[in-house]
Amino acid sequence: MLSRTAANLFWMARYLERSETTARLLDLGFRNALLPNAGGGFRNEWGAILQSKGTLQQFTDKYGDLVQRNAESFLFFDLENPSSVASCITAARENARIVRTALTSQVWDAINTSFQELKALTRRERSSLEVPELTDWTLRTAALIRGAIETTQLRNDGYRFMNLGYAVERADNTARLLDVKYYVLLPSVAYIGSGLDNYQWTTLLRALSAHRAYNWAYGGELSAAQIAHFLILNPKFPRSLLSCCLEVNEHLDHLGRIYGRSSPAQEAARTLLGELAEARIEDVFDEGLHEFLTRMISENAGLGQCINDQYLTGEAR
Amino acid sequence: MTEAFFNEMYDRDGLRMPYQMLEGWYQNMPAEFRALKQAEAEGLFRRYGITFAVYGEGGDPDRLIPFDMFPRVFGANEWRRLERGIKQRARALNAFLSDVYDRGEIIRAGRIPADLVYQNEAYEIAVAGFRPPLGVFSHIVGIDLVRTGADQFYVLEDNCRTPSGVSYMLENREVMMRMFPHLFQENRVAPVDGYARLLKRTLASVAPAKCERDPCVVLLTPGHYNSAYYEHSFLADLMGIELVEGQDLFVEGDFCWMRTTEGPKKVDVIYRRIDDAYLDPLCFRPDSTLGVPGLMNVYRSGGVTICSAPGAGVADDKAIYTYVPEMIRFYLGEAPILENVPTWQCAKADDLKYVQEHLAELVVKEVHGSGGYGMLVGPKADKATIEAFAAKLAANPSNYIAQPTLALSTCPTFVEEGIAPRHVDLRPYCLVGRDVELVPGGLTRVALTDGSLVVNSSQGGGVKDTWVIAEE
Amino acid sequence: MILTVFHKTRYDFASPVGGILQSHRLTPAKCDGQKVIDWKVEVPGAVMGELFRDGAGDYIQTVSLRMPVTHIEVTVSGKVETTDTSGILRGHRERVAPRAYMRHTMRTEANRAIRDLVDDALRGKEDAPELDRAHLLAAAVAEALPYRPGATHAHTTAAEAMTEGAGVCQDHTQVLIACAHIANMPARYVSGYLNATDDGSPHEASHAWAEIFVAGLGWVGFDASNKCCPNEHYIRLGSGLDAEDAAPIRGLVLGGAEETLDVTVLIEAQQQ
Repeated sequence: MLSRTAANLFWMARYLERSETTARLLDLGFRNALLPNAGGGFRNEWGAILQSKGTLQQFTDKYGDLVQRNAESFLFFDLENPSSVASCITAARENARIVRTALTSQVWDAINTSFQELKALTRRERSSLEVPELTDWTLRTAALIRGAIETTQLRNDGYRFMNLGYAVERADNTARLLDVKYYVLLPSVAYIGSGLDNYQWTTLLRALSAHRAYNWAYGGELSAAQIAHFLILNPKFPRSLLSCCLEVNEHLDHLGRIYGRSSPAQEAARTLLGELAEARIEDVFDEGLHEFLTRMISENAGLGQCINDQYLTGEAR
Repeated sequence: MTEAFFNEMYDRDGLRMPYQMLEGWYQNMPAEFRALKQAEAEGLFRRYGITFAVYGEGGDPDRLIPFDMFPRVFGANEWRRLERGIKQRARALNAFLSDVYDRGEIIRAGRIPADLVYQNEAYEIAVAGFRPPLGVFSHIVGIDLVRTGADQFYVLEDNCRTPSGVSYMLENREVMMRMFPHLFQENRVAPVDGYARLLKRTLASVAPAKCERDPCVVLLTPGHYNSAYYEHSFLADLMGIELVEGQDLFVEGDFCWMRTTEGPKKVDVIYRRIDDAYLDPLCFRPDSTLGVPGLMNVYRSGGVTICSAPGAGVADDKAIYTYVPEMIRFYLGEAPILENVPTWQCAKADDLKYVQEHLAELVVKEVHGSGGYGMLVGPKADKATIEAFAAKLAANPSNYIAQPTLALSTCPTFVEEGIAPRHVDLRPYCLVGRDVELVPGGLTRVALTDGSLVVNSSQGGGVKDTWVIAEE
Repeated sequence: MILTVFHKTRYDFASPVGGILQSHRLTPAKCDGQKVIDWKVEVPGAVMGELFRDGAGDYIQTVSLRMPVTHIEVTVSGKVETTDTSGILRGHRERVAPRAYMRHTMRTEANRAIRDLVDDALRGKEDAPELDRAHLLAAAVAEALPYRPGATHAHTTAAEAMTEGAGVCQDHTQVLIACAHIANMPARYVSGYLNATDDGSPHEASHAWAEIFVAGLGWVGFDASNKCCPNEHYIRLGSGLDAEDAAPIRGLVLGGAEETLDVTVLIEAQQQ
């Protein structure tokens, strides 16, 4: 297939996943802000969230005050913020439009409809829109599109590139979300284990739609180590780094079979999988959670680069 | 009904043969049903995503061109004559191109002025002396025709570069067949859906000699912002070939390669829908980012075929147009089957004088213009408009040609009050490769405004399905 | 005369670029008056396409480097046996109609000053043979534009050079083309090499001159910079409408960066 087509499919999926994550971050900020006596108030927490996306500076330049309504606008509607839900859905739809013939009509319908609904949302009175409505809509839309892909797309190379996009982006996003909580939200180590700490953990799990799953898996007790394990090393949780890495490996292996040859990207993915499959949560904390996550984000980006070099430039021979 | 114009359905003797089965159809169609069908058609077009401007007219990219459900019909016999005329013209235009990029016999013979050809902007020196595979320069020739009587057709202009609008021919038929299947059971309408297969075969037939396998054919588009992008992706999809942008191709060694997920793949034939100027920044406009650097070298050394050939536009220039009948006689030794519209070249003093004295009767066009812009329709213009135009003409006469106002034929068309005659033209698409082929049909454009002679979609024109039916 | 050529062009990039594509017109034309004894164009690391001859009779080659690079070096070396043909191009196979060289580009478009130059040069010579008229034009251009390196740059147009009132061979050639067009004679830009002899007069080893189509005679070269017609000191590479179109190396850098260019050209007459 044309490298550009593969790139469009890969990035379409990445933007779709990113829109979902941004919505989840918005939800996280919203729930945190509901906490009555948070140290420093919600201001810091919105700041932390924007910082995790590397967009705090852009936000303050444009909006100044870190108030919730501004954060909502910035994270959901603002087309100047490249990771806002609106930007991501617009970009995903543009990528999809270019490769319209590589998508089933159900997938195109789902994506195009989400874009039309988004436009309708932008036209509505802001004060009539509550954060939960926006985040619910985004998550529902994401599920609808993902469902259409899973049930209608041919299992060809295009399907693999979409899934690679989803998995690479998701790994990155999970690592960043976890990093927000652990490194950025807590202003001081003294808070660890405090009520505030627990509340933030719960919120994070909720934002990841993983609150109940966690309870089932770990018996309901909140601990930093267990939550980190859940989000990093648990192969049952679909957003864990390990799950994402397994998926990347699976789809790269499929591509290797379709094209009849293995690739450096496959090797890179196997190496990363090897590490995650072997790792214990103690190792992660020994390294330092933030340091580990930072490294994971960079290795994952390296993997994305490998996929790009191998398949998306059309230069590899 | 206007007497002065030839009505393709009803002439002096009443209902004409080709339309016989349609009289009952429209007469028995209840108004509500018609409205319903019209809405259905629009829905179908929206769903297919056909929202583009034909003939490069620009404008809103998401605009639908009005579709009229009343088909335009030709009988098999009248079509046969048209077909012969169109193919004759396509052959002559290609013979002209291979001549002027070679020895220029027609110029040496004094039949066409040298400067008209060699100083023409569309003439590409870079192509001179190069013979493309099978000697074909223009692989898709779109010929714009109008009808003025039962047996009277005129060629308005030729399109030798990359004529657009063929997706309308195909989609109009698709929509009609879905909406009125019984019409197709009652009438033996010749199918047009073989067009994509023929086009693919035509393109494959001109693969370079260096190509030793099944040729890899691609369609090169300026990109998804182009107004005809829909047509590009539609055609690529129907032919089962990749739709590529300049950035998807690169030149290395003696070949052009396509970037694929399996690495570089050699490309043999490029059906390009971008203009010459943008094809190769090393040869033409250096600022172009739409093309492929080095492509012209690969082309001229026989590594890839570009369809249509760069420089093919010199054959469809409005000033060259006048000489097409001469080309037919010169290269084919035949009498032209289709006539040209008599044309006055305002660059010539005598012609200019005539034109200036008869502005109110003539249609005056810019030599390089398109889309019905910058033209004067004398009989429809008021005094002030004519005077303003006369000034422009006087300032730059060689920029204009003039033609008599043609009594364009009409075809019944659905209008608010029911059915009314509206003026139509026709663009069939002739394919030239190893064979010269023409699918029985084309794009009929219709001027939806009462009395209007301008069929351009940007000025109130619509489109119709075009039928060729078997006659008993 | 046997001329040896050594021509090295080196581009250095401030940061690695994604690749380079070049179209070379670096092989001497096949025509009377010059016979290649040996000739080599080398670009380390590049993929070289096959040498082909275009309709204008020029040898063209596609050269590409598809990898990140910080420099590219093109080395031309060879030996050519030349004879004087009085500037007349003979034995050169080409397919482009001379009248096609009546068109001008942005670089060869005339302005008022150029039109005046032609009027002055040809005043009273309306009936002179074309060859004489061409000589008069070449002389007028040489007169109007004293040779002055640095007065103009690579993108200077004919009109701009006239305004400047000075120039180098590129400017002389482009202005002369504009003049010839006004006088209704087809004209084109020729790039090549010039053997700079010790006596100091001719300059610019990597050289350019104009060819004007003279009815009955064909293409004739005019080197306004050196006030002569090309002789055995000249090697003709190829032609085009202007300096850019006829450039020995036309190239494109993928993912461009700031570049510096270093050119060395040595042309010598071999001792016999």
